[in-house]
Amino acid sequence: MSEAQQSHATAVDLRGVSVAYGLSGGGRYEAVQPVDISVADGEFVAVLGPTGCGKSTLLNIAAGLMPPSSGESLIFGQKLAGLNTVAGYLFQQDALMPWKTARDNVAIGLETRGVRRRDALVAADAFLAKVGLASFGDRYPHQLSGGQRKRVALAQVLVREPKILLMDEPFGPLDAQTRLIMSELLLDLWQADRKAVMFVTHDLDEAIALADRVLVMSAGPSSKIIGNFDIPLSRPRDIAEVRSEPEFHRLHSAVWACLREEVRKTYGLPVHGKKAEGVEA
Amino acid sequence: MNRTKLLALQISVAVVALGLWHIFSTIPMGTMANGKPFYLLPQFFFSTPLEVIERVIKMFVSGEVYRHLAITLIEAMLAFVIGGISGVMIGFWFARKPLVAAVFDPYVKMMNALPRVVLAPIFALWFGLGIWSKVWLGVTLVFFIVFFNVYQGVREVSPVVLANARMLGMNERQLLRHVYWPAALSWVFSSLHTSVGFAVVGAVVGEYLGSSAGLGYLIHQAEGVFDVTGVFAGMLILMIFVMLIDFVVTLVEKPLLVWRPGETKTV
Repeated sequence: MSEAQQSHATAVDLRGVSVAYGLSGGGRYEAVQPVDISVADGEFVAVLGPTGCGKSTLLNIAAGLMPPSSGESLIFGQKLAGLNTVAGYLFQQDALMPWKTARDNVAIGLETRGVRRRDALVAADAFLAKVGLASFGDRYPHQLSGGQRKRVALAQVLVREPKILLMDEPFGPLDAQTRLIMSELLLDLWQADRKAVMFVTHDLDEAIALADRVLVMSAGPSSKIIGNFDIPLSRPRDIAEVRSEPEFHRLHSAVWACLREEVRKTYGLPVHGKKAEGVEA
Repeated sequence: MNRTKLLALQISVAVVALGLWHIFSTIPMGTMANGKPFYLLPQFFFSTPLEVIERVIKMFVSGEVYRHLAITLIEAMLAFVIGGISGVMIGFWFARKPLVAAVFDPYVKMMNALPRVVLAPIFALWFGLGIWSKVWLGVTLVFFIVFFNVYQGVREVSPVVLANARMLGMNERQLLRHVYWPAALSWVFSSLHTSVGFAVVGAVVGEYLGSSAGLGYLIHQAEGVFDVTGVFAGMLILMIFVMLIDFVVTLVEKPLLVWRPGETKTV
């Protein structure tokens, strides 16, 4: 596939992808109904859904870490078999190798590709500087804070210049302030060379502030896509400022209206439209 | 608690214990029916701390102990190296090949359930009374400790770290080197103190049951002639010997496990 073709192709195209598990007592648990998700090259798509709706599973399918029960995933027009080698994956949990320093953790992704160790280390240092950890290269993960570890993980993924970025609630475990800073950093880095991003989250504000398009998933089991919202906020965005724009609030209400019933379902609360407004979940 | 205070307390425990031993074995607590003085710890059975220390010094000054120490050290080291390497290799193999592990599982459990001491006489038959029967006895002890730890370590690698490593483009060989190996190594090191100790146990028990040299032999000889002082002297030397080895292990493992979270000290 030539570069020119690629730039027009859809980066991630999940077609009729469903997820079902066999239960130990026999029977089948359908986690995700057949869904279609496509992410254009250069597009930032957020997949928003309540806890346990199977959104991370869809991400794992796009990454090639697990096969779908039905349907297929096309990556830049080609059927995905095995690992998605053009994608970088930012995990929710700590995924750094604890026995490697920050620098080695970042460099290893280049070394696996055959880059000489010396060059890989230079590139790693440069990228650590980009994420604001220039002087932390010699630290081991346990010597870094949660936010710093996340930044190393971001550098680890981005240093390989993946064509697609898959993110699984990457800032979920961080505190509110750190999340803002991390989102800012992510947008800055993304703005420089716009890759296709599939960003899974349960945070409504985060989804709207970051993405070009927000997909809303229904509560599991048998979840499906129930909303598709374009986010026409201008770019480059200032994460803190964008939240005070009237357009942001309009979008927020629209997406929340779609999401709310699903969140209520997750917690087994009665579903009766607008009347439930006063009730605290 | 600071170091000096802790050390002082630790030493005082030894002083009290030795003091009691000395008092009860040298000062009579009364008179027995036959008119002889009554000791709580008769010297024939318990010797006295001073005599034991005197004997230890004599053994070192005369130089007779060095040969025995060297033999036991060589046996323990060989047992540790052979048991360690085979444990790591087979542990890795089993962990990466679930079928192999499933097939051999009951046999591994059976072998491990066997008290290794009963193997000593048969090893003496098979490998003679020289060092090798002791080495193999030590190997059977060390192997299982290392084996189980490596097996566990490789199988319990965090799935997230593993998935991440694969997404970073690692092939099977690179996964082994950058993920499985370091993960297993940390388990091996956490069991290192135990396995070194068991290597010495294997050597000494082997010597004790049939040999012509080594610390176990020394103790056995002393017991044979009711030389309690000699037995305690041998035991004391053995203790110091194991503690020295343990100290060396600590020195070796420190730089290798810097990545592990430990206490963070404020300065």
